[in-house]
Amino acid sequence: MSKDGFALQMQGVRKVYPMADQEVVALDGIEMDVAEDEIVALVGPSGSGKTTLCTIAGGILTPTDGRVRVGGEDITDYSAKKLTEFRRTRVGFVFQAVNLVPFLTARENLLVVDELGPTGRSRSDARRRADQLLEELGLADRANNLPGQLSGGQKQRVAIGRALMNSPELVMFDEPTSALDSKLGDQVVHLIRDEMKQRGTSAIIVTHDERITHYADRTVHITDGRITDHEYAAAAVG
Amino acid sequence: MRLALRELRRQPGRFAVATVTLTLIAILLMFLGGLLDGLLQSATGAYRAQPGQLIVYSDTANDTLAGSRIDGDLRVQVEDAVGGAGVVGGIGELTLGARVDGGDERELESVALRGYEIAPAGLPDAAPALREVWADPDLAETYEAGQTLLLGPGRSEVTVAGFLDDSATPSLGGLWASLDTWRAVLAESRPGSAMGEETVQGLVVVLEDEAAAADVAAAIDGANPTRTLTIDDAVLAIPGVEAQNSTFGQIIGVTLAIALVVVALFFALLTVERLSLYAVLKAMGAKTRTIFAGVVVQALAVTLIAAAIGVAMTIGAGQSIPAGSLPFAVEPARLAISVGFMALAAVVGSAFSLRRVARIDPAEAIGGN
Repeated sequence: MSKDGFALQMQGVRKVYPMADQEVVALDGIEMDVAEDEIVALVGPSGSGKTTLCTIAGGILTPTDGRVRVGGEDITDYSAKKLTEFRRTRVGFVFQAVNLVPFLTARENLLVVDELGPTGRSRSDARRRADQLLEELGLADRANNLPGQLSGGQKQRVAIGRALMNSPELVMFDEPTSALDSKLGDQVVHLIRDEMKQRGTSAIIVTHDERITHYADRTVHITDGRITDHEYAAAAVG
Repeated sequence: MRLALRELRRQPGRFAVATVTLTLIAILLMFLGGLLDGLLQSATGAYRAQPGQLIVYSDTANDTLAGSRIDGDLRVQVEDAVGGAGVVGGIGELTLGARVDGGDERELESVALRGYEIAPAGLPDAAPALREVWADPDLAETYEAGQTLLLGPGRSEVTVAGFLDDSATPSLGGLWASLDTWRAVLAESRPGSAMGEETVQGLVVVLEDEAAAADVAAAIDGANPTRTLTIDDAVLAIPGVEAQNSTFGQIIGVTLAIALVVVALFFALLTVERLSLYAVLKAMGAKTRTIFAGVVVQALAVTLIAAAIGVAMTIGAGQSIPAGSLPFAVEPARLAISVGFMALAAVVGSAFSLRRVARIDPAEAIGGN
C-alpha cells in the first residue's frame, strides 16, 4: 500500500482526443482521490468520460495534462512499455463481458496473468495463489472447469479472481452487472464489496446500476468530462 | 506461448481447415520434389554415380557423351596432363532397345548400356566379363539374373550377371558393362558409329584428395582439344536437365507461395476473431511481442504438423510406387529443405498479422467495445 494512504490520486487530469480538425475533450480538470480500501462507483451518462477516467487510472491511457498516482507511484509520464508492466503487476481489471479465455480452465484463467510476463513469483507460488483465490471465491471445486462449464456468476467470480491475482492496489470494474439479471447482479455486487473489503483493496466501479451505488463508499458523478458530484454513503450496505 | 499451445491442444477444430490445407500443400510440395529428384536421377544418375570429380569430353562434343570421341592418343595426352593428380578411366554410353532372348519380340525395353573402366558407385570393382552386364535395380521388375538380352537392331547378346543394390546406385534403367562389351554392342547396333579399340566417349578423372579440380581441368584443356567439366557442370549440361530443374523449381516456388498465403490469410482471420481477447490480454499487461509470438508458434505448429504428414505420405509413396513405373525418389535432404521452407513460409505468413496485433488498443477492452 502507498505511504500517503491513497490507492489513486488524480490531479488536474485532462484528456483530449484529436478528431479531424478539432479536439474532443474527454476529461477536464479531474481531481479525484481514492483511499485505500475505498469502493468508488463512477456514474454518468454515455460519453461522459467514465471509461476514459477508468483507463487513465488503470494505466491504459496517459493523460494529456495533470498527474496520476496509483499506490503512491506516479505513472503520468510512463512509456507504453512501462505502463504494460505496471498493468500486469499493480492494477486489476474486471471487464464488462467478463472476457475469460475460453479454452483455459478457471485456474488457468487466473494463472494467465503470470504467463503474460514476469511478475516476480515462481510458477508454484502463482498456482498456490490461484488456488487460494479460487477457494476464497468459493470456486475450489470448479478450478478445472472451462468457462463454458461455469454459470454467469461463477464466471464473474473467476474474473474477479483474475483481477486479484497480482494483489493490486486498485481494481477497475467495468459495468460488472450490465449483462446479469437482477438476482445475479445483486450477488455479484455483494461479492465485489466483500472481496474488496476483505483484502483492503480499492475499487472503481464504472456503472449505470443504481444497486452498486448503494454498496459503494462513495459515488462520483461525471458529466461531459467533469466530476459534478461526490456522494458519500452514510453507511454502506454490508 | 503456453497459451497458444494450449489453444491448439484444446481447440484443434479451429485449426483443422488450415492444417488440412497445409497438409495438401505439403504433400504436393514434397511429391513434386520427389518427382524432380526421380527425373534427375534417371537423367543424371549415371553421371552422379561416377567415382571421379571431372569428366573430359572432346572439344567438339557440346558437352555431351553422345558427340564425344577420345581416342587412345588423346587419352595418353590427357593422362600426361593429369600427371600424379589422379587416375583416368574411359566411359561410353549407348541408348537402345532390349528384348529377352526367346521372349515376345514386341516387348521392347529402353535401356542405357554404359561401359566403364573405373567402377561407378554401387558397382563391383571388377568390370563384368565380356557380354555380361550388371543391371540397375529397377530392371529387376522386367528381367532375371542369368537371362540373355538382345540389344539394339544388331540383336547383340548380353547376359544379366545380376542386379545392383537399390540403395547404392542413383541410376535408373542402366546396364553396366565393360568398355569392350560396350564397343562390341555399339559396332553391332550402329556400325557407322563403331569405335576403335582404344576409343571411348569420355574420360572420368578421379583426383587425389589434395588436387584442385579447377587446376587439373585447366591443365587438361590447356594441353588438349578437350573440354573438362566437373560432375555437377556435366549434369547441368545434359540436355533438358537445367530446364527441368528450373520448371520444377518454379512450380515448387509457387506452391510455397501458396502455403505462405494460406498461413497469412488464416492467421489474419484468426487474429481478427480474437481482437477482443487480445485487447483484454493487452489491458492485463500482455506485450505485443508476447501475443505475436503466440500467433507465430501456432502457425509453426500447424505447419509442422502438416509437413510431418507430408513427409510420411511422401515416404509411403516412395515405398509403394513400383520401381521403374514412375520417376520418383525420396531424398532426405529434399524433405528437410521442404519442411524448412514451409516453416519459413509459416513465420513470414504469420508476420502479416503483426501489424494488426500491434495496433490493438487495450482501451478497447474497457467500455464494452
